[in-house]
This record gives sequence, C-alpha cells and structure tokens, in this order.
Amino acid sequence: MDPKLFKFNTLSLHGGHRPDLETGARAVPIYQTTSYVFKDSDHAAALYNLEQGGHIYSRISNPTVSVLEERIAALEGGTGAVATASGQSALFAAIMTLMGQGNHIVSSSSLYGGSINLFQHTLPRFGIETTFVNPRKPGEFRKAIRKETRLVFGEIIGNPGLEILDVPEIAKIAHEAGLPLLIDATFNTPYLCRALELGADLVSHSVTKWMGGHGVAIGGAVVEGGQFDWEVDGKFPTLTEPYAAFEGINFFEEFGPQAFSMRMRSEAMRDFGPAMSPQNAFYILQGLETLSLRMDRHISNTGKLLEFLKSSEEIAWVKHPNLTDHPDHELASRILPKGAGSIIVFGVKAGSPGGGREAGAAFINSLQLASHLANVGDAKTLVIHPASTTHAQMDSKTMKKAGLTEDMIRLSVGLEDVNDIIDDFKQALRKSAKTRGTTK
Amino acid sequence: MKLNIASGISNKKIQIFAATGGKELSSKLPLIIFLHGAGMDHTVWNLQTRYFAYHGYSVLSIDFPGHGRSEGPLMENIEQMADWIPELINVTAKIFGNTGASKSKLKMASLVGHSMGALVALECAARYPKLLTSISLLGVSATMPVHPVLLEAASNSGRSENNESLAYDLVTSWGHGRTGHFGISPVPGMSLIGGGRALLSSSPKAALGIGLKACNAYQNGMQAAKKVTCPTLCLMGSEDKMTPPKQGEKLSAKIANAKTHLLQDCGHMMMLEKSYQTLQALKVHLSST
Repeated sequence: MDPKLFKFNTLSLHGGHRPDLETGARAVPIYQTTSYVFKDSDHAAALYNLEQGGHIYSRISNPTVSVLEERIAALEGGTGAVATASGQSALFAAIMTLMGQGNHIVSSSSLYGGSINLFQHTLPRFGIETTFVNPRKPGEFRKAIRKETRLVFGEIIGNPGLEILDVPEIAKIAHEAGLPLLIDATFNTPYLCRALELGADLVSHSVTKWMGGHGVAIGGAVVEGGQFDWEVDGKFPTLTEPYAAFEGINFFEEFGPQAFSMRMRSEAMRDFGPAMSPQNAFYILQGLETLSLRMDRHISNTGKLLEFLKSSEEIAWVKHPNLTDHPDHELASRILPKGAGSIIVFGVKAGSPGGGREAGAAFINSLQLASHLANVGDAKTLVIHPASTTHAQMDSKTMKKAGLTEDMIRLSVGLEDVNDIIDDFKQALRKSAKTRGTTK
Repeated sequence: MKLNIASGISNKKIQIFAATGGKELSSKLPLIIFLHGAGMDHTVWNLQTRYFAYHGYSVLSIDFPGHGRSEGPLMENIEQMADWIPELINVTAKIFGNTGASKSKLKMASLVGHSMGALVALECAARYPKLLTSISLLGVSATMPVHPVLLEAASNSGRSENNESLAYDLVTSWGHGRTGHFGISPVPGMSLIGGGRALLSSSPKAALGIGLKACNAYQNGMQAAKKVTCPTLCLMGSEDKMTPPKQGEKLSAKIANAKTHLLQDCGHMMMLEKSYQTLQALKVHLSST
C-alpha cells in the first residue's frame, strides 16, 4: 500500500509552502521584514517563552526562510532545519549547540579547508579540540573517541580528495560511543544521498552550492534526524538539562525529536545571529525547485568529462569515485547509486621544472568557458587550484592528510552542453602544453 | 518528572514520565492531564502544555506505560487505560496535594485526550464522573476502526523492518491533512511529517501496534458517551481521515454536555497542525468549566 507521502520532486517544488490565501501569490513571498506584530501581550509572552510557535524577529526566524527550512528538512527526511547565513555558520552553530569548553570532536581529515581552519585554529581558542582521522579507516574514528568527545563529523564526498565516507559504518561507531554523527552533505545533496537514512543524526549544508545551484546567494542549513537519544550518559546538557534563559526549559523533554533544532534556533540564532536573509532564502528556493533535474545533468556531464579526461594524453591522473580505479568505487556505488557528485580532481602532466603545479596553473589560465573561482556546485563549470587557494592555509602535513597534492585541479562540472566544456578543456590543454613547450 | 505508579495491569509499581509544561504542580491550581495517541508520547502536546502551565494550571502530560520515557508494560485495551487514570490522579494528589491547602485542586482533573487518548478520556469520564472536571476529545469518534493493512504492519513492529516502516508512513500520511503534507508548521522550520514520523519510529517497539489494536477493538464509545456528565469539547479536523469529523459529531451528539469545534484545513494531528487554534479552543473550554 502506498502511504501517499509527497515524493522528492514534489517536495522540491512545494515543501513548506502553499499559495498565499489572501493574494493568491503562487511563488514564495519574500517577507522582507525584521519583526512581526503580536496579536496581544499574552501572545507576545507566549512566543518568547516557547509556549507557542511563530515569528518574533528575523534574526531568529522569518517566514520566507522557514519555507526553505521546511523544504530542506523534507528533502533530507529530517524533523526540522535551521537555515543560516552560510555553510560555515551552520557548522559553527551546530557545534555550539552541542558542546562547550573542554569537549572534543572526531573528524574526517578530508574536509573543506574552511572547516579544517575552524576545527584546527578557531575552536581550540574556545576550548574545543578536534582529532582528524583518515576517512577511509573507520577504526581510526573509534580510536580517536575520548570521554570528552561530543561529535563525530565528516563529509560524504571529501573535499577536495573525493574520499567517500562509509556513513553507515561511521554512524555505528559513533552510536556505540553514544555520540551523534554530523554529516556535511554539501557535495551530494539529498538527491544523491540522504545521510539521515544511512544513520547520520545531523546534516549540514552549504546551500550556496548545488542546493541553490546558481551561485548568487550564500547560505547554510542544519537538519535534524530526530532519532538520537540526547540523554545518553548526560553528555549533552544543552539539550537535556534546564536552560535558565528560557525559565529552565529542558529541550529534549519538551520537544523530543526536534530538540536540537529548537535549541539551535533559540540559542545560536538568538545569541550569535547568523541569520539567512529572506532574499537569499528566496534565491535558494528557486534553485531547489530544479534540484533533481540539475543533479541528473551534473552527473551526466561528469560522466562525459571523466571519459574525456581519462583518454587525454595531457592529463597525468584523474580521480572520481565513479571511476572503477577509485579506491572507494564500490562504497560510492552503494551509498551514492545515482552518482558520486560532480566534482572531479585531476592533474595536468608536468612538462617543466615547475612540475604539475605550474602545468595546472597554465591550464587554468587558458580556460575560456570554465571559470576560475572559489566555489563549487554552480550551474556553470568552475575550476580552482586548491593548494594555492581554498586549502592554502594548510601546512604540507595537513594538506597530505586532507588528500591534497600540489598539482591537483578541482573541477566542478556545470550544466553547459558537455561538448562545449570538453572543447574548452582541449584548447586549454593545447595552450598550456605550448606554454610548457611540450606540444607534440 | 517521574511518578511511581501501579502499572495498570498489575499492582507492580512502574516509573511513569510526565511533562509538566516547565512548572511545578500546585495543589492550588486546577489539574489538566494530557493523554497522547497510539505510538506517541507527551511531546505532541508541547504547544499547549507549556502555555497552560504558565497560565494558571497544573499540567501533567504523561507518557502512557510502555510509551516514550515511561516503563512498560503496555496496557492492551482502552478500558484498562481508563481505569488507570484515577490511580494517576490519586498518586499526583498525594505527592503534590499535601501543601497545607484545605482543598487540593489536584483531586480532580480535566482530561485532554487525542485519538487513543480521547477514547481513554471518554471511557474514564463514563466510569468515574466524579473525578473529572471536564474532558476534551481531540480527533475522536465512537469507534476507531483501523485499516487492516496498517493494523498488520504495526503489529509487526520490531519484527519486520519493512512493515514497521510502512506503519509509520501510513500513520504519518493519514494523520495529516493536505496542508500538513505540504508542511507549513506553526513552529518555524519544523517538519510536521518528519517530526511525526520520527516520533513514531523512535517509540518503544510494539507501542504503536498495541495502541492501534486497542483503538480498533474498542466498541463502547456510544454507550460511554451517554454516561458522560462533565462538560465536553469534541475538537475535530475538517480533513481528518482517521476519525472523520462526521463520526466525531455523531459521538458528540450523544454526550449531554458537549460542544463541537471544527478546525478547518486540518487533519488528525490538530495539536501540531493547528496548534494555535487548538490552544484557543482548549482555553475557551477549560476556562468555562
């Protein structure tokens, strides 16, 4: 029997919204307002004391942003979501909701450079330490867990090394230790993989990337799975002990499967203020409407680009989890059956004393269609040299741990006609080869 | 808070969890007891309980035995659950009633029940009329026949992953009106469907199956209705597929002192789908009794 719950594509278009009853407006309105009129003083007091739901001030919640939050929660199969100004503020707010001074995180070492900076350089100033472990060695996660550990973290598709995280296995390890698993699902989106169904407890996103897909708005989100028992061993007092700022409320007792989201909104959004603007929420919503269509095209173009790069004599190496020679190919086929994302990393053959790094730079400088910039997941094809940009603050040891090489080029495959992308690559490879004096 | 109380099946004491809306109970304040539906727990009431606790009431939002944070065993029929309520009131009055007040207000209670909890409140009101100040029946009908596919899927809870999952999906789907399926939660950013399903799937094994079975087996609704004397509110959702409003109206017509209130554009999970309107209806009813 079909339970007749809305499916993915329908939720992408309709989740969290129905046409405005008064105006008939079909699209989600942009509620460009800071604040909301209370019905009366009793209503105001009830909102402030979490006795009722509703909007108070747009730093905490906003009707346009709430549509996006509900839509993302629905697409991920979560109990709720909180949208933030960026993916980084989503990650920071999630961590601050869960822990404080003296606590510890176990994280995959294969992460976006900004996340590594947060863990390695910023959080220690607040008394939170992180141990980085090899995402391909689940046993390392287990070994790194301490009594102060409060979170296990990783990206399903590592950035930029494209290591695939065995989410079910890492979730098992985390849960055996009474810890939640937070997955940054930016590279896969819920269309390619729903991490909560694989055992994750929380999912974070930079919705700036494929979720929005247009490269016009920055944003982030944290989604709650609603299955984690926060009362385990008294490790999460922010969720299970009275919170003086709301008359001693116990979030887990009061809100059950939505406890984390309620605490994050009530505290992190209120006190740190990383609110997403309604205008940006509107832009991200426009992108979400076509998420599945875009992801299918991203994946299809990625397949064609992989064929080209594998066959090109100018390319030294190419990595993508859908390639059979990728170490995580089998795992990727299992947990990302629709495709392992649209990021490809590769190196251009070195032909001069500058080696692969110089060859890569020459290639990037010669591209005419693909854009050289610091983003991924745009509708347009993008390239970057991580060692000198997104991951430049890393020392060589951390860089190696993060799966980076000096010659690595990160390609975010766009939605253009794929032959145009390939033609651009061909001419750039020819030009860079000439520069290096290696043209045959 | 935790209450030590007889299990309802035997005299063996078990620990029951009850949320109080964030305030301690007081013998000077009238008591409201919230009773959840099959497979659920006290958290479904959080948009009503906290309000009443901060507005002049003592609130107990219980997890039935074997549900949520309460110890088992599960009670297997509505009558058993109804007979357990007086024990709950007695224990509460004993713990919080000895405060020197000449007349503790905790010796009687208003019951607010949803679905299975509504049947319990109805049956309890028929059996113990002197114990109850009022009843509020949300998502109610005299009988609650459960679709055999759902009954079968839920009865396999804990044994078959697929069937268990189907049961949660069916209850979540049928439990929400059309707007609820789109989302549009009264609480910003929260997913009605996701939250509802997570609550069911994280509930103790067999809680949903046995609860649904108890609802399906209950046949005494109309007889009980005739015996109810306390003020009664029947609160119904216009799009409720599980307890259609017409059935609720038929039941309400048999209760001497009943009022009905229909929530438009609302399914079976009215306290979540239309939390504010539900609260307003309860406020009017409870303040008039």
